[in-house]
Amino acid sequence: MTTGQDASPETVKPKPPRESYARQIQGMGWGFLVKLLLMMLVNALGLSVILSAWNAEAWGILTASVVLLIAADVVYFSKRMLPLKYIYPGLVFLLIFQVFTMAYTAYVASTNYGAGHNVSKEQAVESALIQDERQVADSPIYPLAVVRGDGGLGFAVGVDGEVQVGTAEQPLEVVDGAALDDSGRPTEVPGWEVVPRAELLSDQELAQEVTSLRVPVSDDADEGSLRTREGSTASIYRSSLVWDEGAGTLTNTETGVVYTADEFGTFRGDDGSSLPVGFYVNVGFDNFVKAVTDPDYAGPLLKVTAWTFSFAILTVISSFLLGLLFALIFNDDRIKGKKVLRTLFILPYAFPAFLSALLWRGMLNSEFGIINDWFFFGANINWLGDPWLAKFSILFVNLWLSYPYWFLVCTGALQSMPGETLEAAKIDGAGSWRQFRSIQFPLLLVSTAPLAIASFAFNFNNFTIIYMLTNGGPRFTDTSVPLGSTDILISAIYQISGVAGGRADYGLAAALSIVVFVVVGAVSAIAFRQTKKLEEF
Amino acid sequence: MATSAAPAPTRRRQPTRRSRWWLEVGWRYPVAAVIIFYAAFPLVFVLSASLDERGSLAGTSALFSSISFQNYANLNDTLFWTWVGNTLIIGSAAAIGAVLMGAAAAYAFSRFRFKGRRFSLTSLLILQMFPQTVAFVAVFLLLLALGNVVPALGINSKLALICVYLGTALGANTFLMYGFFNSIPQDMDEAAKIDGASHSQIFWKLIMPLVSPILAVVGLLAFISAFGDFILARIVLVSSENWTLAVGMYQWVSDQLSARWGIFSAGTIIAAVPVLILFLALQRYIVGGLTSGSVKG
Repeated sequence: MTTGQDASPETVKPKPPRESYARQIQGMGWGFLVKLLLMMLVNALGLSVILSAWNAEAWGILTASVVLLIAADVVYFSKRMLPLKYIYPGLVFLLIFQVFTMAYTAYVASTNYGAGHNVSKEQAVESALIQDERQVADSPIYPLAVVRGDGGLGFAVGVDGEVQVGTAEQPLEVVDGAALDDSGRPTEVPGWEVVPRAELLSDQELAQEVTSLRVPVSDDADEGSLRTREGSTASIYRSSLVWDEGAGTLTNTETGVVYTADEFGTFRGDDGSSLPVGFYVNVGFDNFVKAVTDPDYAGPLLKVTAWTFSFAILTVISSFLLGLLFALIFNDDRIKGKKVLRTLFILPYAFPAFLSALLWRGMLNSEFGIINDWFFFGANINWLGDPWLAKFSILFVNLWLSYPYWFLVCTGALQSMPGETLEAAKIDGAGSWRQFRSIQFPLLLVSTAPLAIASFAFNFNNFTIIYMLTNGGPRFTDTSVPLGSTDILISAIYQISGVAGGRADYGLAAALSIVVFVVVGAVSAIAFRQTKKLEEF
Repeated sequence: MATSAAPAPTRRRQPTRRSRWWLEVGWRYPVAAVIIFYAAFPLVFVLSASLDERGSLAGTSALFSSISFQNYANLNDTLFWTWVGNTLIIGSAAAIGAVLMGAAAAYAFSRFRFKGRRFSLTSLLILQMFPQTVAFVAVFLLLLALGNVVPALGINSKLALICVYLGTALGANTFLMYGFFNSIPQDMDEAAKIDGASHSQIFWKLIMPLVSPILAVVGLLAFISAFGDFILARIVLVSSENWTLAVGMYQWVSDQLSARWGIFSAGTIIAAVPVLILFLALQRYIVGGLTSGSVKG
């Protein structure tokens, strides 16, 4: 950097301008090579993603990856678009994992995506056909050898002294030059590796793959497919359902029941029964309506929402006040060892929050917990099992977790306060309470209000403390929905979504996520305005 | 606290220096002792429980009644060290990615003037207000779909979780870094530019060393948030050998709180102490970073 001054006189000289050395190597230096290598890697990866997206027929991913790859090449190989060269990598992740997921949440909120409705209509038909497959009563039993090739696993069966091979995609066809043993089972198949029986028996995963493999008998799907139960013999399985694409109906050939897709994505039979497999459909605002009108959900969700707001507000106020109190007490230059004290005060904050919450879960245990043992003479107070005590416990533990933050913030704010104002007030005869109330506190509010609002938004979604401490419990007793009296919206969404087990209702969960987004967005918007107002003031 | 000022009324006219000291300063020390007890007793308790030879929650209320390292030894029979490894891998990758991408974006916003700059900054400001965890249903469905195409990015992949965390790298950190980058005088870039340095040389060799304090803060914050994340880690990582500490240790305590209290305490000590030390050592930087941007508590 300092060489700039040394070099400049040289360029001022009226000699024929000589290009600087740095300029000469630009474009072909190490940097360029590294960039080229990186871009080769990116392109290779991108192309392989595009190819597998093509194979998996995932058109959305295909489009996105093509667009992103082309954009990457344009950005990094053109001379312009300098800023984008720096922003692009982060932007890609932002677009996929934040912007897209938010938009996708909005989309899912308008569908009935969830248990029983988690595939598209096409896939639903396919899996209905598969689920309904039964072994054909008069099917011959074929001696089977499981084979492995480039296209994955396949079946080789001996049919009348000939060997036929097929895979999930490739229907059975005759292979020449294969060898059979006495029982008619293929032992050698040209172009395929016969998987030894011992391997099938020892490798659980492989065995599972084999039992779920379906090899079509021919191009005509109605002829059924070969399946195996134990890996040594195969027989023909056929679905009793027939898909009529023109009419959009599934017909059961045995019972004659015709299933038609209804507006909720369920196949309903004309006898009133329905198929277990459904598909997701757009239901508009039904999820939102369900959240407020469904008797199972409306009551609990109202309570959950009320508690979410009270929890977020109370926890911010309580920890702010406690932190402020400590900061006021220890913001005095006459105290010795302030640094050590400060470090000890913020211990809870430096301790990982999820571990603290789990730790308190043990300490608040009604039987063996030390809180009862130490402070309540061994009484069996059920801190986490009673609705109100559990709420209190959560507030108390979160106070322990977050007062240090406010202690630090308030200490900083108090120290950066203009000394002259306080001095002037003192001279005017203001007592310390008056000084605090009329000068320190208002100034403190100005500098901490944005943080208080950010903290509100954080606690509004503070999943960790709730889930680690009480799991949202104790459960509501008046509803079948798995919600409890300390559940906040985000943990309720978690329970309803069923991503961790239980009945999945992605649609309703996403709709509630949208509600949370709106609340957080509104609060943040107010915060921005308010901070500007406070600053003017 | 009030009793400590008791001698004051008797010599009301001329309070001695000592009682004045008690009134104005001295009483703060007992208060400090109370606060320290409040802040530290759970931590002392978990240390004591981790050394308790019985290894269950029952009977832990007598502190340090027995000193044994059995609980620490028992950790070897669990997947604890695998989880530590996973957490370190995921946390470090998320931290490095966040630092690099955040710094690059902050550099672009701070040093270049381009069309859409204000708009992008405002959009980032708005986007970072919406927590990614709330969209976890969509993240889950997205990873299900991605996994069909690229198995390495599907459910139960650590790489996928890292990518999910990196989604917030730009929103959360750019502003924190942007302000810091702006505080570095532009004249330096100019001088280097005249010397013939390219924009990438300026970025890597000039700016990056100068902003290293903020890089450390952002890296540490990203690491801690990955370390402490439960909800995304829980839905992405399915099989127990892929879990992070947050998921694994939750499982211990949620299943058999009392019986596994010993190994939980030992695990807590091992997991928390490095973070605790790192945090306290860097507290000056972190507090500065926290008050100007993201919030933990």
